[in-house]
Amino acid sequence: MRRNLTAYGFLCGALICFAFFSWYPIVREVLLSFQQTNFVGDATWVGLDNFRTVVEDPVFVDAWVNTAIFTVLALVIGYVVPFAIAIVLNELKHARGYLRFVVYLPVMLPPAVAVLLFKWFYDPGPGLFNQILGFFQLPGLSWLDSTDTALVSLVLVSTWMNLGSGTLIYLAALQTIPGELYEAAELDGAGLFRRIRHITIPQTKLILLVMLLLQVIATMQVFIEPFLLTGGGPEDATVTVAYLMYQYAFNFTNFGGGGALGFMLMLVLMVFSVIYLRVSREEAR
Amino acid sequence: MSETRTLVSPHTLGTRRGRTVYWTVFTTVFVTFTFVFVFPLYWMVTGAMKSPDELADIPPSVFPHSFDLSGFREAWRQLDLGKYMWNTTLYAFGAWLFTLGVDVTAAYALSKLRPLLGRAILGMMLATLMIPPMVILLPAYLTVKDLPLLHVNLLNTPWAIWLPAAANGFNIFLLKRFFDSIPTELLDAAEVDGASPARILWSIVLPVSRPILGVVSIFTVVNVWRDFVWPLLVLPDTDRKTISVAISSLAVQVPQNVLIGSLVIASVPTIVVFFVFQRHIMAGLTAGGLKG
Repeated sequence: MRRNLTAYGFLCGALICFAFFSWYPIVREVLLSFQQTNFVGDATWVGLDNFRTVVEDPVFVDAWVNTAIFTVLALVIGYVVPFAIAIVLNELKHARGYLRFVVYLPVMLPPAVAVLLFKWFYDPGPGLFNQILGFFQLPGLSWLDSTDTALVSLVLVSTWMNLGSGTLIYLAALQTIPGELYEAAELDGAGLFRRIRHITIPQTKLILLVMLLLQVIATMQVFIEPFLLTGGGPEDATVTVAYLMYQYAFNFTNFGGGGALGFMLMLVLMVFSVIYLRVSREEAR
Repeated sequence: MSETRTLVSPHTLGTRRGRTVYWTVFTTVFVTFTFVFVFPLYWMVTGAMKSPDELADIPPSVFPHSFDLSGFREAWRQLDLGKYMWNTTLYAFGAWLFTLGVDVTAAYALSKLRPLLGRAILGMMLATLMIPPMVILLPAYLTVKDLPLLHVNLLNTPWAIWLPAAANGFNIFLLKRFFDSIPTELLDAAEVDGASPARILWSIVLPVSRPILGVVSIFTVVNVWRDFVWPLLVLPDTDRKTISVAISSLAVQVPQNVLIGSLVIASVPTIVVFFVFQRHIMAGLTAGGLKG
């Protein structure tokens, strides 16, 4: 009994913090999406009205499509590349510290700094990227100003600033692969690519899966890139679900609509979260 | 460092062809990495030394015409960066204090005191990891704006950063897992000698937990420094903003070289932390599992 009391004494700070800033907001997110409130009087229940409002919004479909494209593009570039980099880095015997340090450097920049830095690089005139293209006699691009390239430009920033953590995690996983496996495969006559396919990838399968899910969860919440770079434009080409949610709440002062979008995003992401938990539990075993 | 066998055998590397391929790959990787990850930072630092006219030059100058630090000085002065640095430091320091105070005691209680319903509480804390922060952004904002039961408005106060930072399931998970690995016999012996749980936590558990406390501390501080959308919402007052939010909202009002100078200044603290704690950060990244 005394032990319980002491224990709850130790726990009370965390219980209060979690209750106010984690558990209650989760419940309130669900309530919010079914309510309409002006913050003066009591909130009223409106059933599915909020969902109807956002679904009928012409930007709604764009936002989900953009978020999906962003996620897929970020996977194609940001998922395969770090693994490939990690495989190569693991073979190099020189400047190991430097290469590991450098690849993680962008991760340490505050994201707002990295994003604003790229905004300057994307400048179609004297911006760094068009100048580099010009140096190689290639025509410049309009980057953030064109509906064709805006979303890809956001993916590039996002990848540049997040690539390092994936690389270092894969690198740590690669170092746990027993060398005998490669030796045995080589004796059996397996070439470089067969060794990657039949040893490297199976041996790191779980971590690859875990990272895949984590990356999907992280990129589907993309907000700061459209917020700081494009404001959702041009022509809604870069509106994402999280950004639209923000707009509903703070530009249209419709927290019900924002709540409905947040609720939908929550359901989608929880599917990935549940799979992730299953997988990571298996990994811990 | 002991060399373990990797994908390519040492024998293959020893051959003439192997050595040629190795050095070609190494040089390519070295140059590409430097270009992709270091050159943008070089461009940022030198950009702040160029005048607005020089920044508009086509083609751009690879080396600034003069070693001129006025871009940094003007950024510090015009954007009042000292104030925002101080704000951010205050938020980071308080978040660190609260996170350690709250999460360490909770993890200790859950790991060693094991109260009634402890497993359920742990489960509910870890379950919050499945809810990505972005999806509860609006209700969390509304909560901070008008705290339930107490009806206090925390907007524009440091509490809006400090308290939510402590509600971190990942820290609880890391700390509890570490405390679980401390042998119970050690603590039992102290208890027989009449030491209170608080005393045991302070004198036995904390001293052996330095590595994990280091990881949690670094990540808490760095996260506050890097965070954008939460401080954007809960600290709308110009005088209260964090440095990231301040720079992004003032960006349009200043000349380009001043803006770039402010970007350099804002990245110095986290880069310095990385230089100093590089090994801890990399260890935390891989050992602590993965953070979404």
